[in-house]
Amino acid sequence: MGRGGSRAAPAAAMPPWHALPDEVWEHAFSFLPADSDRGAAAAACRSWLRAERRSRRRLAVANCYAASPQDAVERFPSVRAVEVKGKPHFADFGLVPPGWGAAAAPWVAAAADGWPLLEELSFKRMVVTDDCLEMIAASFRNFQVLRLVSCEGFSTAGLAAIAAGCRNLRELDLQENEIEDCSIHWLSLFPESFTSLVTLNFSCLEGDVNITVLERLVTRCRNLKTLKLNNSIPLDKLASLLRKAPQIVELGTGRFSADYHLDLFSKLEAAFAGCKNLRRLSGAWDAVPEYLPAFYCVCEGLTSLNLSYATVRGPELIKFVSRCKNLQLLWVMDLIEDHGLAAVASSCNKLQELRVFPSSPFDAAEQVSLTERGLVDVSAGCPMLESVLYFCRRMTNEALITIAKNRPNFTCFRLCIIEPHTPDYITHQPLDAGFSAIVESCKGLRRLSVSGLLTDRVFKSIGAHADRLEMLSIAFAGNSDLGLHYILSGCKSLKKLEIRDCPFGDKPLLANAAKLETMRSLWMSSCSLTLGACRQLARKMPRLSVEVMNDPRRACPLDSLTDESPAETMYVYRTIAGPRSDTPTWVQIV
Amino acid sequence: MGEAAEGNKALRNWMGEPRPRDQDDEEKTLQLSLGLPGGGGGGAWGAAGREKGNHHHHHSAADTSMLSLGYSNAAAFSPCSQGKAKGSPAAAPATGHALASTNNASQTRSPNAPVIGWPPVRTFRRNLATSSKASLDHQNGKKAAKPEETTKRAPFVKINMDGIPIGRKIDLNALDSYENLSLAVDKLFRGLLAAQQDPLAAGTRECSQEEVAISGLLDGTGEYTLVYEDYEGDRVLVGDVPWGMFVSSVKRLRVLKTSDLSSSLTPSGRKRAVAEC
Repeated sequence: MGRGGSRAAPAAAMPPWHALPDEVWEHAFSFLPADSDRGAAAAACRSWLRAERRSRRRLAVANCYAASPQDAVERFPSVRAVEVKGKPHFADFGLVPPGWGAAAAPWVAAAADGWPLLEELSFKRMVVTDDCLEMIAASFRNFQVLRLVSCEGFSTAGLAAIAAGCRNLRELDLQENEIEDCSIHWLSLFPESFTSLVTLNFSCLEGDVNITVLERLVTRCRNLKTLKLNNSIPLDKLASLLRKAPQIVELGTGRFSADYHLDLFSKLEAAFAGCKNLRRLSGAWDAVPEYLPAFYCVCEGLTSLNLSYATVRGPELIKFVSRCKNLQLLWVMDLIEDHGLAAVASSCNKLQELRVFPSSPFDAAEQVSLTERGLVDVSAGCPMLESVLYFCRRMTNEALITIAKNRPNFTCFRLCIIEPHTPDYITHQPLDAGFSAIVESCKGLRRLSVSGLLTDRVFKSIGAHADRLEMLSIAFAGNSDLGLHYILSGCKSLKKLEIRDCPFGDKPLLANAAKLETMRSLWMSSCSLTLGACRQLARKMPRLSVEVMNDPRRACPLDSLTDESPAETMYVYRTIAGPRSDTPTWVQIV
Repeated sequence: MGEAAEGNKALRNWMGEPRPRDQDDEEKTLQLSLGLPGGGGGGAWGAAGREKGNHHHHHSAADTSMLSLGYSNAAAFSPCSQGKAKGSPAAAPATGHALASTNNASQTRSPNAPVIGWPPVRTFRRNLATSSKASLDHQNGKKAAKPEETTKRAPFVKINMDGIPIGRKIDLNALDSYENLSLAVDKLFRGLLAAQQDPLAAGTRECSQEEVAISGLLDGTGEYTLVYEDYEGDRVLVGDVPWGMFVSSVKRLRVLKTSDLSSSLTPSGRKRAVAEC
């Protein structure tokens, strides 16, 4: 059934399924949940294309400028759930200046027009205004899920509109957004009759919420499974909130600090003991070690633990983590140190994902004993480990080779050696051999970030071996155009490539221009590109949008610059919508 | 980093340094919203301001940064690594190009300045790292530094402008008068405002002609007026009280349309009528 070979068949020998009505196919396609499978089915023949587009319920748009919202609405009229992503990934680290674009408003407007039955909306790295939120609240009769990730541009006034207007809301999930706090009691806008909430996450909100109102809301929403508080919620309120929601599965605590009082500790411990279903734990801002043992009674049940905001030192962390025998996901700061990770390796045998964040990313003098050793231990002790994000200050080829040998099942390997161009600290060689071992051994690798001192040699290896790699991040690496050429001419499955501060220039870009049409996007900043090459690329590949950004402060019109001028940042993506019309002065689509 | 560790005192000294050009000075003293209040307690603010300034002013005078994130090391390492990577087909023919590009890159970046967006830690997490540092120091028994840190007001104040969805942040401790504040606000929003007003023409025009200075913020003569919310939640016109009193009581700043002013200057009010939502 995967191959709809009907197109090639002569009319007389039409396969028996050719006459089936669209409704049957629409039903059949409902068993294809993956977007890629649905896309493949739609490409088979006209009737499948028709049936698939009419029956599509979920739509994911990985780049808001790749297609126009009107086209999306027209092509998929029955959509109930939409996810749209905006700015390039490097925006997370401040590389995309404010005002770049990615407004959610056109999508909200088109959805309000064309999808009145919309139930779910997710935006990632987009500018969502209060007007957008008000429109969402007013436009969709049965709206249930709002998920905003790394967005900006809205305030608690917009959230108030959502609370007041979305009577069937199940999820309000606000992750790492920049939210303006208008000191409005937005939570109190949820009607007293409102009980449908399953997920409430406002952990990124700066500013106070009305705790009495929150307690009432939590009390009446009996199906609440996920509750993530912000750090304005004091520790003594957490216990009473938990007593009102013992069914909770995922908890983000508020501020986990207070002067130590035995009765508060006992209250907390009792509250946690009542949460038999708790599986995922995060928050613990400013955690005070004395209160951590209150968690101990839930440790055994936890599958996910995010202590990456908790400034807890090694010994307390070790006591905590070694009780969590069933962890599948662990995020911590580097304060866990090597011996803490050794404890993880021996206690958490089911671990699948590990992230270790730097506690002092800009302060090399801050001595934390976290090295290649910790990662080697975890790779040896956790057989199910497949995803890693690891910040450290030193690494060796030998360690990387060992890690690659231990864990050929990696799908995501992101290693950030904080000081750029750091070689193997024992042999002083580039880390080419180590990263090569990773791509050679991990056949299923889909995401890779490289760092440290690297030459073109590592890119030859990546290009040749990383067949399933979809996203690659490169910074301060390589020594010539060849590096980029190896990647673009290899890496069969590459979708996203982001490069900064590498000596890659025009030649490999133009030589592999066709590759870019098979990819979602390419970001290159502070490389060796010229404006002329960007222009040439745009002429050669009309379906690509080639954006050039220069310093917003010097904003001089790119039209007036010669082909030899450097292109500080180039962002290229495939689009069927043509060049966007909302660029600020310092962005030009060439 | 040693001097940076002195915290705000060092920061002020640094901010107060005379700059060759006024414009540079402005640039560097402004904290923009995407900047990183870094991980190093008070000390990292300096880095943040500098980093942002560096980003917007690649050709600004080389500075005597207190942080080194190794770009200089980088340049030093590359040729050496090429030498050692024997057998690499890339190494030999590529050397010229690599060096050229390294030069190219270093032209646009002061040798010791921290690199924007590196290490790749999300802005959101960087903000948290700053606040959590204090509690970590507390745990470590560095109590001496603590009282000062906790009583110190947050140096960065959020500022929003009518009609612009993106907020910015501004470091009031780095300014010393209402006039400078007014100039700073113009710098923060002028470009955004121009882009906002005329997105269709954005691609082709001479920006310098289109971007009109935001002026008259303080005396009500301009299109916009600067107001602030104090810690009691009241909205007050900027300029009524002495500068020092203003800095100690301001919670956040807003640039409002002068024409809308009367309706919005109510305590804890807002143009948007939330009650009817």
